[in-house]
Amino acid sequence: MNQTAHQPLSFRCLTTVWFLLLILTGITVGVARYDLGAINVWAALGIASLKASLVVFYFMHLKSEPRMLVLCLFVALLTLATFIGLTFFDVLYR
Amino acid sequence: MAKQNDRGFLQASNRQPLLFDWIFSVDHKRIGLLYLYSVGAFFLSGVLLGLLIRLELIAPGPTIATAQTYNALFTLHGVVMIFLFIIPGIPGAFGNIMLPLQIGAQDVAFPRLNLLSWWLYILGAFMALTSLFSGGGPPDTGWTFYVPFSSETPTNVSLALLAVFIIGFSSILTGVNFVTTIHRLRSPGMHWGRLPLFIWSLYATAWVQILATPVLGITVVLVMVERIIGFGLFDPARGGDPILYQHLFWIYSHPAVYIMVLPAMGVISEIIPVFSRKPTFGYKAIAASSVAIAAAGSLVWGHHMFVSGMSDTAILIFSLLTFLVAIPSAVKVFNWVATLYRGSISLEPPMLFALAFVFLFSIGGLTGLILGSASTDMHVHDTHFVVGHFHYVMFGGTGFAFFAALHYWLPKIFGRLYNMKIATVAWAIIFVGFNLLYFPMMLVGLRGMPRRYYDYLPHFQGLNMVSTIGSWVLAIGLLLMFINLYRGMRRGAFAGNNPWQAATLEWVPTSPPPEENFSHPPQVTHGPYDLEQAGKP
Amino acid sequence: MTMQPDALGARIGMWLFLFSELLLFGGLFLLYAVYLARYPADFAAGGQQLDALLGTGNTLLLITSSLTVALALSALQQGRRQLCQILLCATIFASLLFLTIKGVEWQAKFAHGIFPGGTELESLPVGQQIFFGLYFVTTGLHGLHVLVGAALLLWTLGLTHRGQVTAENSVMLENGALYWHLVDLIWIFIFPLYYLLL
Repeated sequence: MNQTAHQPLSFRCLTTVWFLLLILTGITVGVARYDLGAINVWAALGIASLKASLVVFYFMHLKSEPRMLVLCLFVALLTLATFIGLTFFDVLYR
Repeated sequence: MAKQNDRGFLQASNRQPLLFDWIFSVDHKRIGLLYLYSVGAFFLSGVLLGLLIRLELIAPGPTIATAQTYNALFTLHGVVMIFLFIIPGIPGAFGNIMLPLQIGAQDVAFPRLNLLSWWLYILGAFMALTSLFSGGGPPDTGWTFYVPFSSETPTNVSLALLAVFIIGFSSILTGVNFVTTIHRLRSPGMHWGRLPLFIWSLYATAWVQILATPVLGITVVLVMVERIIGFGLFDPARGGDPILYQHLFWIYSHPAVYIMVLPAMGVISEIIPVFSRKPTFGYKAIAASSVAIAAAGSLVWGHHMFVSGMSDTAILIFSLLTFLVAIPSAVKVFNWVATLYRGSISLEPPMLFALAFVFLFSIGGLTGLILGSASTDMHVHDTHFVVGHFHYVMFGGTGFAFFAALHYWLPKIFGRLYNMKIATVAWAIIFVGFNLLYFPMMLVGLRGMPRRYYDYLPHFQGLNMVSTIGSWVLAIGLLLMFINLYRGMRRGAFAGNNPWQAATLEWVPTSPPPEENFSHPPQVTHGPYDLEQAGKP
Repeated sequence: MTMQPDALGARIGMWLFLFSELLLFGGLFLLYAVYLARYPADFAAGGQQLDALLGTGNTLLLITSSLTVALALSALQQGRRQLCQILLCATIFASLLFLTIKGVEWQAKFAHGIFPGGTELESLPVGQQIFFGLYFVTTGLHGLHVLVGAALLLWTLGLTHRGQVTAENSVMLENGALYWHLVDLIWIFIFPLYYLLL
């Protein structure tokens, strides 16, 4: 096996991640039943981000990829956040 | 020294018909040449359209075209020049050919994907041209496709949008390919501090291609959805917001300016040290400024929207951010000038084009500050001042860098030289024609002549006449340059492997390079601008 | 000198492509964010008309299919090819089921006149019209990606069957799986933003 391939993750590890994802889905559905005003959206986004990072780091093996790739993902997300954020300087103050 | 009849990768392989040998080749050099020929052809058709626009504007009133034809002319001129020439021009042609050669690789990371990029580009181009002759007639929206007009005009906008989407996809794939190549295929010893500055600029460009182009993709899809289905996402009568279209469009299209100009700056950074016989001044600063321009350039799209009805807070912030981009751009210019200082400058054609770039780009950049400042922008917005500024940056910048690259790398690609004297004369004619063409535009714009009209008030006629005459001078110069280059690549004197005595890696193999570039991965032992080490890896 | 196959390079290429997919959907999320800020009440009313049960079902389906494709890769790398193929089949089946449920959901909306040009949609407040417009575009584009992902995995399944994707040369499956996970990732955000709004 060449050195650029990563160790296969065990079935147990993957299944645990899946189980966590199910629990988080339950939580996000549960939270949505209570009206917390603006907090609802942020809670939904927060839980979704948590789920997304589980998928990214375990299912997509980012944990065992070079750190450079993690940095690149960060750049991509930062770019998206900036695009949305700067647009709000227009939308909120118009 | 190679045998003088060695044609390297240009040698026909006799495996299949000659045409297939090229259009299905996965060799990065052949794909690069395919790009070169296609962008060259589209450039010439764009020039022709530009000449027609100028001819219409030689006198007030209808001259050769009706208002509707004029709208189609400038839309097409914009689409062809932007999407088919400037964006793929330097990365597609010279990036493809030089990237693997300059980092000591055999090819790009994904050769077949590379070929797919070219095919998608050709498909998109074909669709863009088809949109002229089918459906409701040629699009008349301008290359910006602003809603609500673009979602309602009966002309053939949908097909043109689909073409833009496909060309964008091609651009993304090229970006993916280049970033992976630079990360994975550098030759031993070619660490990041030894990357040629052209590669640094391609790297920054490729990131912008990957992260900004998809936003354009979704934007044109949304306009198509509006035209075909009609959810009213940008229609104020149905709760939509047309200004959001402008945000989405410029989120791509402003960084796209840097997709166009960054590789051009890379070319200039290659040429100036070679023809000053001095290592480049401030290598790290130039490399970092490429990345800084890519990053900062992604934050300034709002300066296209100062008169759109956007909030004053946003105008203030985008204006401020716009001025920030001037810093890394100026870092480059100052470092180029510092490289020239006390160098042993030889004014050969590539250098002449490079120097013209620095001069014209500076004019373009400085007039950009007038537009980036909200108060002055409101005065000159949508006038010919903008047209003049834009062409100083895009043509005076990227166009001249493209010509510089042609003159600099043609001996590398074909192993032959063009006629130096004719090249110099052509350069002079182009330079004069260019300034005659575009400088009057800025003056007439300051006096209030709006852009995108086929007609104007009589007192603008003098400057418009000068501008149109300039367009003819420019066209003559371009014709002379292309004929000279063509003759050079076919029958010019043999150039030898390294006619300019440059120290970057692409000059180490024979010219033209052999099919596999390097017989084994070269061990790189010096920086790209150690000119005393020229010819050694 | 021949080029060595570079598995890490291929994965990096796929990741970069996924970044651009992220930004593609990013444009839609930008519109969503702006319009949510402008029409919060209408978006909540619109969200309540979506079937949260079907949405939750689809979420579980995608998460599970993400698991099966990750398991398939591990199985292949452990040399258990048969198991890998079964898991891939399960993933593809889940994707088809997802699309079916999505179809049922759209059908129900159409039956209520909520489609472009439909009388019901036109009579809604403008904020809700925007909500449903975005809903159809976003889930439609996502559905298209589900289809592409499923086709990619089907092709990989064929290659695995023919022995061209193996434990030593698994990059095709790795990249197919990466693409599939992206489809899941996007849905993880679509689900609460559209179905669970109050």
